[in-house]
Amino acid sequence: MSKKIMLGNEAIARGVYEAGVKVASAYPGTPSTEILENLAKYEEVYSEWAPNEKVAVEVAIGASISGVRSLACMKHVGLNVASDPLYTFAYTGVNGGSVLVVADDPGLASSQNEQDTRMIARSSHVPLLEPSDSDEALKFTKFAFELSEKYDTPVILRTTTKLSHSQSVVELSERQNVEDKPYERNMAKYVMMPASAIGRHKVVEAREIQMQIDASTFPINKVEYNDKKVGFITSGIPYQYVKEVMPNASVLKLGIINPLPKALIEEFCKNVETVYVFEELEPVIEEQIKSWGIQVKGKELFTKQGEYSANMLKKAILNENIEIPTDDSPVRPPILCPGCPHRSVFSVLNKLKIHAAGDIGCYTLGAVAPLSVIDSVICMGSSISSLHGIEKAKGKEFTKNWVAVIGDSTFLHTGINSLINMVYNKSTGTVMILDNRTTGMTGHQEHAATGKTLKGEETYAIDLKALCKSVGVNRVFEIDSFDTALLEKALKESVNGNELTVIIAKSPCVLLKSRKSTFYCEIDQEKCKKCGMCLKPACPAITKDENGNVKIDTFMCNGCELCFGICKFGAIKKVEK
Amino acid sequence: MAIKNVMIVGVGGQGTLLTSRIIGHVALNSGLDVKISEVHGMAQRGGSVVTFVRFGEKVYEPVVEEGMADVIIAFERLEAKRYAKFLKKDGVLIVNDYRIDPMSVVVGARKYPSDIIEELTKTYNVVSLDAGKIATELGNGKVVNSIMLGVASKYIGFSKEEWLNTLVATVPSKTIEINTQAFLRGLDN
Ligand SMILES: Cc1ncc(C[n+]2csc(CCOP(=O)(O)OP(=O)(O)O)c2C)c(N)n1
Repeated sequence: MSKKIMLGNEAIARGVYEAGVKVASAYPGTPSTEILENLAKYEEVYSEWAPNEKVAVEVAIGASISGVRSLACMKHVGLNVASDPLYTFAYTGVNGGSVLVVADDPGLASSQNEQDTRMIARSSHVPLLEPSDSDEALKFTKFAFELSEKYDTPVILRTTTKLSHSQSVVELSERQNVEDKPYERNMAKYVMMPASAIGRHKVVEAREIQMQIDASTFPINKVEYNDKKVGFITSGIPYQYVKEVMPNASVLKLGIINPLPKALIEEFCKNVETVYVFEELEPVIEEQIKSWGIQVKGKELFTKQGEYSANMLKKAILNENIEIPTDDSPVRPPILCPGCPHRSVFSVLNKLKIHAAGDIGCYTLGAVAPLSVIDSVICMGSSISSLHGIEKAKGKEFTKNWVAVIGDSTFLHTGINSLINMVYNKSTGTVMILDNRTTGMTGHQEHAATGKTLKGEETYAIDLKALCKSVGVNRVFEIDSFDTALLEKALKESVNGNELTVIIAKSPCVLLKSRKSTFYCEIDQEKCKKCGMCLKPACPAITKDENGNVKIDTFMCNGCELCFGICKFGAIKKVEK
Repeated sequence: MAIKNVMIVGVGGQGTLLTSRIIGHVALNSGLDVKISEVHGMAQRGGSVVTFVRFGEKVYEPVVEEGMADVIIAFERLEAKRYAKFLKKDGVLIVNDYRIDPMSVVVGARKYPSDIIEELTKTYNVVSLDAGKIATELGNGKVVNSIMLGVASKYIGFSKEEWLNTLVATVPSKTIEINTQAFLRGLDN
């Protein structure tokens, strides 16, 4: 057995490999993305990017029914998209073991909300496990497959950002040789029509009751008795904060959160005087324990928001007075990279004073000053449908300075459905697909229009223009994202026109290898009139010093020429690298 | 041995991730328990980024909190100022004397604080250097990381050999020589 230091997500991938899984499908999403990226390195496992999470889970379901172990991964909001198959997968149960890894993001490092997957596990009656470091991530993943087969149910492995994105030491083992289960047609189990689903619902309830009893004996829970005056019930990363701050307290670390190991918890609470429940986000554990008539402390001390910390425990439990000096440094939120094609598109939209119903991806940053183009962002695919809603509510006159903006990966995720709705229900709006040839936000994953699979194999690249035409959009333009004049012309025509239009603004993400510029831009101080026009698109490489002199940082400049085209005085020149 | 806490702070795209991984592996190779916590996703896009490395006999928490850091390696001045409060009383703040304006400064809404290093020196134990300039002298602007690591290695611990072994095993093979040179320059700083 060898030891390695691994990212939580990498350790999950290793666990999936060791568990003998044969099929895995996922759609990227921070903080879950690296699971499939790492799994793709194992030849023995078939792995793929699906266009969205619902598809990924259904792929895993098919593989499971056929008799092999399968996996689907997603971030927390991805489970919303996949919840339709999830709730009924709970009824059918599995043939080959099946695990869904769902990564929550308390603290919103990179998400649009802070929802708690443990709540969904409860309402869908799917068991949920939660590891607290990389080594457990590997071992719990393997255990999840055993549970899945033993109890005939899909299992959720829940992580949070801190677990997925921290590295710690793991012990590796060999891949298990798992025999395929024979496939047999079984209508009562797999065809969820009312008559059979009524029967399966009974199975689901009986299973959960049985698991609740058995859970108290699962080796993934850990009781550490120390000082019995104070104890903590906790799980996942919050366990680490408890150990850091309260080495002498008694701790019950739960590995399974749904269903809760009731007998184990009852015994712990009997043995310990004051019990705190220390769980990030919703009071999932706390409320259930209280419903059993047991007194514990929890959310009256610890917030439902954000990530927890050791300092938080020191303040709340040890009454330590931790003074953190305030700092008024200008904040540094994320921005579009120098040379990003989205900046070029937003500079045109900003100039034309166009509002945008936005979507999720790097281009969401088009909402912030000074670009300030995007007015709304909800969830993937929502830009196109909400623009349609605005038009139906307020009429064409209101939307004549509106567009929807959506990325290529997001368009294929769920945007296409919304476009079909626009065609079907006679919208006249303008949709801009910002096609940077990749899933940029999550770190450059391939998708159905890039021509490459997760494993790097060549495949058919869906033609976005032909796709839009085929669903009935007659006006579809493909324009280079940096051709600002043409973009401007097409936008003016279409927002004022009366026909549904799709403008595909195309240019590869500046971070892709295919787009390495051979020069950078520089300012000729003699010719510069300090008018500030080149600063308008908010390129981080262009700055103005205290004397009003404008400079381009040559380290940062990616030679996109956007500023070159904007300067009316010819003060920006291109220099060979 | 007490747990050592190291932070690497900078601006998304400056390569803080690789630096933290090298530190983590040096510790792992000497048989210690290690945790590294990284920032992915949104914060990579030119935002403020911070990674944590903790090592010792047994490490629980994966992050370093305010008042805990033994060493902070800052790749940019404003980020040094922002995270200085994480330092322990006798901790060391290593600052690359380099400036990247955040958007609020670019658009003129805020001013980039002046005399950051002078101000920090009044409260903290500061080591500052212009790693970009040294890197250019070495003929490769990209080795700022290894220079900073060389400086930091003096305060983090472990022998020169242990550092070099890990560095050589981690960086792309074509850049081993230049990165080794850069590390040694930092060490001699
Ligand atoms: C349902 C759901 N799944 C995944 C994500 C994570 N996510 C946010 S944006 C994005 C893709 C962005 O790619 P693209 O639309 O091509 O835009 P880009 O970032 O390249 O500009 C993903 C996967 C999410 N927010 N919601």
